[in-house]
Amino acid sequence: MASYSLSKLRSPLYYALLAIGGLVVLAGLFSVHLMEEHGHIITGMNNQIVWGMPHVFAIFLIVTASGVLNVSSIGSVFNKPAYKARAPLAGLLSIAMLFGGLTVLMLDLGRPDRVIVAATNFNPTSVFAWNVVLYSGMFAAVAVYLWTMMEQRMYSWSKPAGFMVFIWRFVLTTGTGVIFSFLVARQAYGTAILPPMFIVMSFAWGMAVFHIVQSSIYVWNQKILDEYVQKRMRNLMGVFVIAALYFVATYHLTNIYFARQTEFERFILLDGGIYPWLFWAGYVVLGNVLPLLLIFHPALGKTRCVLLASSLIILGAFALLYVFIIGGQAFPLSIFPGYEVSSSFADGAIGQYQPSLPEILLGLAGVGIAFMVTAVGIRVLDFVPHEIPKSR
Amino acid sequence: MKLLFSLLLCLCLPSAWADAAPKLDIGKGGQCVEDAQWMRKNHMHVLKHQRDEAVRKGVREEKHSLKNCIECHASTKDDSVIARADSFCVACHKYEAVKLDCFECHSGKRKSAWLQRNAK
Amino acid sequence: MSDIDLQRRNFLKTSVGAAAVAIAPGVLLFDMAHGNPQALSGKVRWGMLIDTAQCKPGCNDCVTACNTENGLSGETKSTDSQWIRKIEIKDISSGRELSLPMMCQHCENPPCVDVCPTTASFKRADGIVLVDKHRCIGCRYCMMACPYKARSFVHEPLSDQNPDVPRGKGTVESCTLCVHRIDQGGQPACAEACANKAILFGDLNNPESEIAQKVRTVATTQVRADLRLNPGVRYQGL
Repeated sequence: MASYSLSKLRSPLYYALLAIGGLVVLAGLFSVHLMEEHGHIITGMNNQIVWGMPHVFAIFLIVTASGVLNVSSIGSVFNKPAYKARAPLAGLLSIAMLFGGLTVLMLDLGRPDRVIVAATNFNPTSVFAWNVVLYSGMFAAVAVYLWTMMEQRMYSWSKPAGFMVFIWRFVLTTGTGVIFSFLVARQAYGTAILPPMFIVMSFAWGMAVFHIVQSSIYVWNQKILDEYVQKRMRNLMGVFVIAALYFVATYHLTNIYFARQTEFERFILLDGGIYPWLFWAGYVVLGNVLPLLLIFHPALGKTRCVLLASSLIILGAFALLYVFIIGGQAFPLSIFPGYEVSSSFADGAIGQYQPSLPEILLGLAGVGIAFMVTAVGIRVLDFVPHEIPKSR
Repeated sequence: MKLLFSLLLCLCLPSAWADAAPKLDIGKGGQCVEDAQWMRKNHMHVLKHQRDEAVRKGVREEKHSLKNCIECHASTKDDSVIARADSFCVACHKYEAVKLDCFECHSGKRKSAWLQRNAK
Repeated sequence: MSDIDLQRRNFLKTSVGAAAVAIAPGVLLFDMAHGNPQALSGKVRWGMLIDTAQCKPGCNDCVTACNTENGLSGETKSTDSQWIRKIEIKDISSGRELSLPMMCQHCENPPCVDVCPTTASFKRADGIVLVDKHRCIGCRYCMMACPYKARSFVHEPLSDQNPDVPRGKGTVESCTLCVHRIDQGGQPACAEACANKAILFGDLNNPESEIAQKVRTVATTQVRADLRLNPGVRYQGL
């Protein structure tokens, strides 16, 4: 029955893409092997910038994995049929991205061979430990949700399952934001605005990723996305982008107001070299202004524009995370407030970071894994949205 | 049939080689904790128990410590339990194909030898 | 109960008692010779008082002693471990300059312990904050959380470590307060190495100890006291 749309998925191009995805993953695994052998010395990370490129990729994937479920939540929790038809695809994407992100995070550990220790020694005060529970629970919750949507006898349970996923992903993104919120020592972090900020950002990024995947599937199968649906989803994405920008602006504005934080803000927004560039050009202009223009300008907003806007939003997401994670660590710790400080351990100095190829390959492997899981998923199960067109 | 035969051959050959027990340099040797057979079976539990007690509770009971094991079992030639293929720890772990994780962090050298060399 | 039973019991009692008397001195001697077989009690809190007036700018003796004791390379690339470092600080408004050593502050409420997912970061009963490298998975969250930048990550494979100080690739490490020396009744290498006696080591909880008396009588500061972590390392003249 579903085979009508899947003919293309048996084409050589499909296998070629799958092979490319596999190669990307293999390259990442090879980097991990190198990192195992030589240690983290072959990455750009050091004792000042302890989290680098892998964490940018991993956090993007994990946050977006939660955000992409927006589509299904609007369908099952808020009863919008157009979104309901897309809920299974959103669920699959969520699992795929979560899997990719967690793999990167795990393989970047200094001792990935000991990952089982994280399960056997649980520290109840650690956000990381909570997240181990939240992330694995997320897999289970989404899997159950997918089951209720794909198994006819379980249809009646799909709403409560959707609701559970809805709550769970809020908690999950809060948990991810809290990783940084709980860091009292660093000026970039340690604020309660981060969890809600991460939640709203996840909405925007999740919509962007969903748009790209949906468009690809539709083009691939020569289906045309219903204009009404397209318009609804496009506008929603625009609103989320604005909301995320609002949170980022509030975060920086409050910081600028505090005398003890002004120097940090000056670094991130004005004279910190690559970081202000990435923030203004990458996040604000490419990641917000342009996409919003593409979405809301009356002459634009067509399929291609939305696709471009989505790609730009994802680009902006990476720029913002780079500034947030790496820029946030590059700014020196304030161990002696009010003093000029220098030492052999880069106290008082800006942390230097040069991302290396292995760690970028590891990050890309996460994306590759997400891609492969999605590609295989839509090939073997019926995840492609079915809908009755209703242009109104 | 041919396939089955070669498979059998593959299975049998290594086990035939493996029958030869590992030849290892036991260093000074001797018995201070339990007899050899008991130690072969249980040394990892003793070490693990001792390590948690020592690191986390400060119970430094020397008899069961890794350092004490090394003191007697390090080779008399190179003062190490890991330096060569027939060193005390390596030879057996290789034979049993069990990953040896202690010496990523711990020194495999006899402490007295290490001190002597570093005093120079 | 029969007479024989009673006799047997008495015999057992006396022989066990005699055996205990015979063995006890040996056990005691063994204990004295072989470290501490008792679990730590919470009565002791090890700490240090650093007198900045006695700490000479440019002097690196404590750092060198630490490197030698713990088998650190002593190199200062951004990927090299530094358990203790000298910091030169200058008051921006007054221009007053100071030099002081900075290392793990052995907090009473250590953020590194709170955030560690595997309880590898932990605080011993005597207040020493350590990394249990058997449990450390190398996530570096503790390095993100530490306000003193006290921790280092081992970026390269190591070999030929000090048998008393295990260290290894892929795990996080920091000042152990020379726990291996303390457990043998000694003091940290840095305190021992300081010619000016700028580093005073001792038990903060023992009112008779030199450090407790000094902390009681002179003005001392905890670095980033605003964070309320109650570090065991105090500074004088900051």
